[in-house]
Amino acid sequence: MKAPKFSYVRAESVEHACKLLAEHGDEARILAGGQSLIPTLNMRLSRPALLIDINRLEHLAGAIFNGKEVRVGTLTRHADVMLSHMVAKYLPLVAEAIPHVAHVAVRNRGTFGGSVALADPAAEMPACLLALGGRLVLQSVRGTREVAAEDYFHGLYQTARAPDEMLIEALIPPQTSDERSSFKELSRRHGDFAVAGVAARARVKSGTISNVRLVYFGSEVKPTLAKTAMAAAEGKIWNDATAEAVSTALASDLDPMDNLLGKPATKLHWQRVLTQRALDDITSKAKAA
Amino acid sequence: MTGTVTPKARLTPHDRPHSYVGRSLSRAGAKRAVAGKGRYTDDITLPRMLHAAFVRSPWAHARIKGIDIAAARKAPGVRVVMTGAEVAKLCTGPWVGTLTCFPTMKSAPQFPLAVERACWHGEPVVMVIADTRALAEDAAELVEIIYEELPVTVDKTTALGPGAVVLHPELGDNLAFEKTIDIGNVDQAFESADLIVEETYDFARHTAVSLEPRVLLADWDAASERLQIWTSSQTPHMIQHVIANTLGIPDHNVRVVAPDVGGSFGLKIHTYGDEIATALAAKVLGRPVKFVADRLESFGSDIHARENLIKARMAFTKAGDITAVDFDVVAGAGAYSQYPRTSVFEANQILNITAGPYKHKHYRAKATVVYLNKVPSSQYRAVGHPIGITVGESLLDLAATKLGIDPLEIRRRNAFPDAAFPTKTASGVKLADMSFTRCFDVLEKSIGYRALRADQAALRKQGVYRGIGLAAFIKGTAPGPNGYYGVGGAPISAQDACTIKLEPNGGIICAVGVTDQGQGVNDVMQQIAASALGVEMAAIRIISGDTDATPYGGGTYASRATAIGGEAVHQAARALRAEVLELAGVLLQAKPETLDLISGKIVDAATGMERLPLREIGRIAHFQVGQFPNTVHPQLSHTRRFRLLDDLYIFTNGIQAAHVEVDMETGFIKHLKHWVVEDCGRVINPQLADEQVRGGCVQGLGGALYEHCVYDENGQLINGTMADYLTPMSTEMPDIVVEHVVTPTSASELGAKGVGESGTGAAPAALMNAVNDALLPFEARVTAQPITPESILIALGRV
Ligand SMILES: Cc1cc2nc3c(=O)[nH]c(=O)nc-3n(C[C@H](O)[C@H](O)[C@H](O)COP(=O)(O)OP(=O)(O)OC[C@H]3O[C@@H](n4cnc5c(N)ncnc54)[C@H](O)[C@@H]3O)c2cc1C
Repeated sequence: MKAPKFSYVRAESVEHACKLLAEHGDEARILAGGQSLIPTLNMRLSRPALLIDINRLEHLAGAIFNGKEVRVGTLTRHADVMLSHMVAKYLPLVAEAIPHVAHVAVRNRGTFGGSVALADPAAEMPACLLALGGRLVLQSVRGTREVAAEDYFHGLYQTARAPDEMLIEALIPPQTSDERSSFKELSRRHGDFAVAGVAARARVKSGTISNVRLVYFGSEVKPTLAKTAMAAAEGKIWNDATAEAVSTALASDLDPMDNLLGKPATKLHWQRVLTQRALDDITSKAKAA
Repeated sequence: MTGTVTPKARLTPHDRPHSYVGRSLSRAGAKRAVAGKGRYTDDITLPRMLHAAFVRSPWAHARIKGIDIAAARKAPGVRVVMTGAEVAKLCTGPWVGTLTCFPTMKSAPQFPLAVERACWHGEPVVMVIADTRALAEDAAELVEIIYEELPVTVDKTTALGPGAVVLHPELGDNLAFEKTIDIGNVDQAFESADLIVEETYDFARHTAVSLEPRVLLADWDAASERLQIWTSSQTPHMIQHVIANTLGIPDHNVRVVAPDVGGSFGLKIHTYGDEIATALAAKVLGRPVKFVADRLESFGSDIHARENLIKARMAFTKAGDITAVDFDVVAGAGAYSQYPRTSVFEANQILNITAGPYKHKHYRAKATVVYLNKVPSSQYRAVGHPIGITVGESLLDLAATKLGIDPLEIRRRNAFPDAAFPTKTASGVKLADMSFTRCFDVLEKSIGYRALRADQAALRKQGVYRGIGLAAFIKGTAPGPNGYYGVGGAPISAQDACTIKLEPNGGIICAVGVTDQGQGVNDVMQQIAASALGVEMAAIRIISGDTDATPYGGGTYASRATAIGGEAVHQAARALRAEVLELAGVLLQAKPETLDLISGKIVDAATGMERLPLREIGRIAHFQVGQFPNTVHPQLSHTRRFRLLDDLYIFTNGIQAAHVEVDMETGFIKHLKHWVVEDCGRVINPQLADEQVRGGCVQGLGGALYEHCVYDENGQLINGTMADYLTPMSTEMPDIVVEHVVTPTSASELGAKGVGESGTGAAPAALMNAVNDALLPFEARVTAQPITPESILIALGRV
């Protein structure tokens, strides 16, 4: 459990980091919180030649609302997302999800951008980004581009980010006052990656739900927008019949992985239960408001 | 002070003013550990020290066709690279993990590293010694081994069937051990039964996961031909012998020191090839060599345990009396029987203790232990008990439901009454000094049993499903000399010893054969010594874990430290006390019977008046011994040994209860609260005893809910990391209420029984019974551990 040899450079600026990424390509890795990267090095599961440490680029940390959207810097620690007033005010879905991310010690080091860059299928932040229609800002020596969350997550640890690109920040539209959101997940122990989970949002008007967005994670290879289930719920009163229709539709949206955490049928079952609970939660939050 | 003390009221070690027995003194070692000042083996760095890394088999079964170490040998910092064959040549011979107390058992010879064949995924094959562990790992990657992959045997239920791959052809088949107990007339009892309940229970393999992994540092002194070992061990004397014997060094020229040990749970009472090879490397190179098992190699080389499949049935009368028990255990051992304690103990223990609290008379139990291409299995905390207790308690609940009897009542009805002891279980083990009746009463009150049942019924109507699970138990502690191990030919002592010495300034040095793994054994020994002797705690220094400095002993395992080692301390301290009073009598010209030693002072027994401080005895007896007449020869040092006589164990008893809530939609379990009422005899330090019980419960609950070494059909261990292997964590664990009923053992004067494993033994049974109680309205049951949310959904027919 000792990492193989690697070189280490502390990035002086984003440009410096991008230059190094351009030079070393897939041989280099950005080092953010290190909570996922360092274990893979120690287990010799990955052996990059160069680590580019961005921890001193403090301007990449923090969440602000610029009047249009919330910008979450890549280096924002999970712990700071949890404490952020901006997040609490404009992104209640993220605020509800973040306590599910790992444990205190890991949240103190682990970063928002690290989680997005890694794209673990059970990670909470990617699911929230997709549910909220966020965009990701990527920079390289070739320039800067924005990628919508829907186009960013490609598969198991696969994203739209090119090897020479660095993730800079996420741009997330604020949740509107007439919508409600809910975040539900199941994990074997608190802080473990989820075995199933849903990030849900909708507008609720006199019992009718619209603008429904349901994103599933944990069971799928990547955060997954459940379009058929969303259509089945859209414009409907949230009742047993709608729940049934959504539950049925979910089977065509999801393709759960078969692994140690459960069989595909079990995971589909869990996602159905969580969907029911999330939409119950959304409608009861609407009632309470 | 006026002397109104009558001779009859003379103080005993347990009620003197400074008696420490029965008091929750905080652990001296705790402060040190919390402050980061602990000194574990890996904290020791010696000049010129080298580090070992091992190349381990990626296959569960493979012939080693060739090994090319040329590139590794040339790698930076590498001092030596040794193959299994080279290591074997330097050993006096292979080990064979059999004991004569298991007459029918067989096992194949085993060397420290695999020689011609690797028989499990993770078996060490090549050792690399380099300047740092990182360099050793770099070089290990350069070793090229040509394997011919062989078919495997990984399923214990087919391991003896036709066509099964035989792991060790010289043994003929994969059978390690077979044993049947058949008492009374079981068939007839089943024929005439009013009710028969029958189920099959499946227990998954798991492992101990100590916080501090296995670690060994060896230093060969060529000048004196002595080998010094520091290692994280529970049993320094056993390890001394095994290393000495394997390396061909006289035992007394091997010194084994166990510094601070960060948890052990039975995993550190065994012999591991990588550790022996490390010691060998130190001797070959003439330089200190350290090996620290990392977490990945721990999963693939620390002993595993608990893999058992049990088909069981129980016969009852209508009134709820157990009339017969019948079960069949198939245990999956690993590739070899673990030396020197064997891999068949667990199954044997299941035969001893299943349905042990109850007074049935017809008992048949069969154990079949088979070899598999997996990590060798062996003794781990509460050996066999979680399995045997689950089987017995689960069948009992099943019958209670069918007969419409309350689970607590059916236990009361069947358990041996407190007046019955000493007695014997149907399986033939002796039980003495027990207290089921009182324990059941205490538990009933403690959990508010009736109210909890009423609450359960009310909540069910609201769709909240809670369950209450009970598990009564017997637990074998403090093994005697006529059962297993030593008597079966293993270099393991069933006695333990204490040497206690009075120093010139009145300080006491107390060297013990038992060892401390962080649970506070040393503190408990100190409390016992201080109380028996009559001095303050601070006057005593305990030495343990050093074969050069302590009398020979078995070490700490099988809940024996306090029961056996503690009694040796008690006796040695009493011997020293008697001598001190003799010497004081001479100096004070008083009869020793009229004197007492209290809080480090010689006092007049009748009046309590101080006559002489203890340190004066020390000073005079060491420095001015001429003050004594020529007929008096102060010894000031006393060794006492203690062992059980004929008994197999000192059995303890008790009952546990679990309260859970099951989410019937997701299958997730919330463990609301847990209770333990147990009888470990005299409680030396209530806080330490309680924490042993709590920690034990958590370890048991880990097995019941989470822990599982998962093998695929090719014998690959597929979840050997802390990310994939789930251990219990504090957030999921309930509050655990611990209470003691005290029936001192009649086997010793101190009266202490073992306490370290009873939590582990019965917690899984209580938990499983609670889950099944919650599932009762759905007519669903789970019978496999760990109980996963998915397994509950399957039982409910929801997936
Ligand atoms: C015990 C434990 C439990 C955990 N549980 C959870 C959980 O429940 N949910 C969850 O979501 N996560 C969990 N995690 C993961 C944790 O959230 C990680 O911190 C996170 O996934 C990665 O963030 P990091 O800053 O540590 O990234 P690092 O480990 O530093 O990097 C991860 C990867 O992302 C790349 N990277 C990082 N930043 C950038 C960037 N700006 N541009 C390009 N590439 C970049 C790195 O090169 C690397 O490949 C857990 C981790 C642990 C150790």
